[in-house]
Amino acid sequence: MVKGTTSKMGKMYLVLVFLLLYIPIVFLIIYSFNQGTTMDKFTGWSMVHYQELFSDKRLLAIFLNTILIALLSSVFSTFVGTMGALLVDNAKRRRTKETYLYLNSILLVSPDVIIGASFLIFFTALGLPLGFWSVLLSHIAFEIPIVVLMVLPRLNEMSSSMVNAARDLGASNWQTMSQIVIPFIQPGIIAGFFMAITYSLDDFAVTFFVTGNGFTTLSVEIYSRARQGISLEINALSGIMFIFSLILVTVYYFIENRSQGKRKVMEA
Amino acid sequence: MTKQLKALFYTPYFVWLGLFVIAPVGLIVYYSFFNINHQLTLANYQTFFGSGTYLIMTANSVLYAFLITLIALLISYPMAYYISKLKHRDFWILLVILPTWINLLLKAYAFIGLLSQDGLVNKCFELFGFGPQQILFTNTSFILVAAYIEIPFMILPIYNSLTDISSSYIRASHDLGATTWQTIQKIIIPMTLPGVKSGVQIVFIPSLSLFMLSRLIGGNKVITLGTAVEEHFLTTMNWGMGSTIGVVLIISMVVVMALTNTKKKRRQTIW
Repeated sequence: MVKGTTSKMGKMYLVLVFLLLYIPIVFLIIYSFNQGTTMDKFTGWSMVHYQELFSDKRLLAIFLNTILIALLSSVFSTFVGTMGALLVDNAKRRRTKETYLYLNSILLVSPDVIIGASFLIFFTALGLPLGFWSVLLSHIAFEIPIVVLMVLPRLNEMSSSMVNAARDLGASNWQTMSQIVIPFIQPGIIAGFFMAITYSLDDFAVTFFVTGNGFTTLSVEIYSRARQGISLEINALSGIMFIFSLILVTVYYFIENRSQGKRKVMEA
Repeated sequence: MTKQLKALFYTPYFVWLGLFVIAPVGLIVYYSFFNINHQLTLANYQTFFGSGTYLIMTANSVLYAFLITLIALLISYPMAYYISKLKHRDFWILLVILPTWINLLLKAYAFIGLLSQDGLVNKCFELFGFGPQQILFTNTSFILVAAYIEIPFMILPIYNSLTDISSSYIRASHDLGATTWQTIQKIIIPMTLPGVKSGVQIVFIPSLSLFMLSRLIGGNKVITLGTAVEEHFLTTMNWGMGSTIGVVLIISMVVVMALTNTKKKRRQTIW
């Protein structure tokens, strides 16, 4: 496409859609500073809902649970997903490779409800009690395929001559893996890790199915509170989560750009 | 020795494939043949295809998903087109991605405030002389909010296929005397069809199962396939019937995938 040739009408359209995209979010955050208790009338600026939020021990515990689940599941899924990507990449026959990729993508394209329902059946069949562990396992499970997809392109880019050279120079399998392959695919692994975190933080439906009583994550808590109506504490929470995702995006793109910059230097 | 080590190395991934991909799908199909008293039967399928209720619900659900996808596509295509022509398009596309990092539930919650009886939207209506309307808890609000949530997922694949078009094609078409509209029609739209297809795929399938939105925004009036699955699994505890609807959902997913899959090797376009 030719850059820098947007018409006036085009620019107006862009402004309009961007406004549409951001109005709900801005609206939500502005009202988190409302003195009143509704999202109808703005009666003045105040931090009272943030104070409420920070003194709400239950909600803070849920927040920590959510972060814990996100971090733990991302670390595990990044490990397993990287192994999976290596497996797919090492497949000798085309057919095998395609089968792996097909199986890998099932959880990515399935509707959340199906994943949730089938995991619920699965855990019940195994006799695993619903709670922290079932949620953690589910999150690991649905994060693995995205990690595989983020790591694979880097593996495809790696020329086999690098591995061959390492072998010729007498490197063991382990040395080749740790000194050559892993450093090369590292940007993909990091991207996969970040994607896994966002998938985990964003998930509602799967968690909702496998969480049982007793254990809750933020999405599930927001859902049950939102069903009871407006509470500006949720607005305050969304303000904090917005800043949290902004930080995540910034870190992610910083890493991404740095690795791309490095790649450009290496190519030059 | 090395072979054994290799096998050990790949075990976690295989365990995952077996336990969390193949087994759950198998279990859902298996459960769909059991009734609420755990007897092997085809009754669930008979209920589904025999009674009008489930068929109407399925048709409705497909219709809703179709409308959501259509609205998202109509808004997203020009959006992707104009962004791809901007100077700092990488930055602007990042701004499109950003809202997807905010929890879906929070966005839905924002709309509860926006669309309520005294909410911002109704206040705007009043400015233009319409009285306050019941917007929340209607089918329209469900479709619009769902489309809002899906728009970024539609823009991304279309944008990716737009940026893949080499600018020399566009120049050639202009040099040969084509108007802008002709270029769009003959060059750009055909060349972005794969992007549109994967966008449709990414939006349509989740739209069949947005049960949280139909509860929070649709006010339980809209019953989609997803709502029905959730209802059967978590409220009425009739897992057999829930699984049967799940199987129908899986089959419709496969159909959509088959219809929108391009023959050429597909690029990963989600991100």
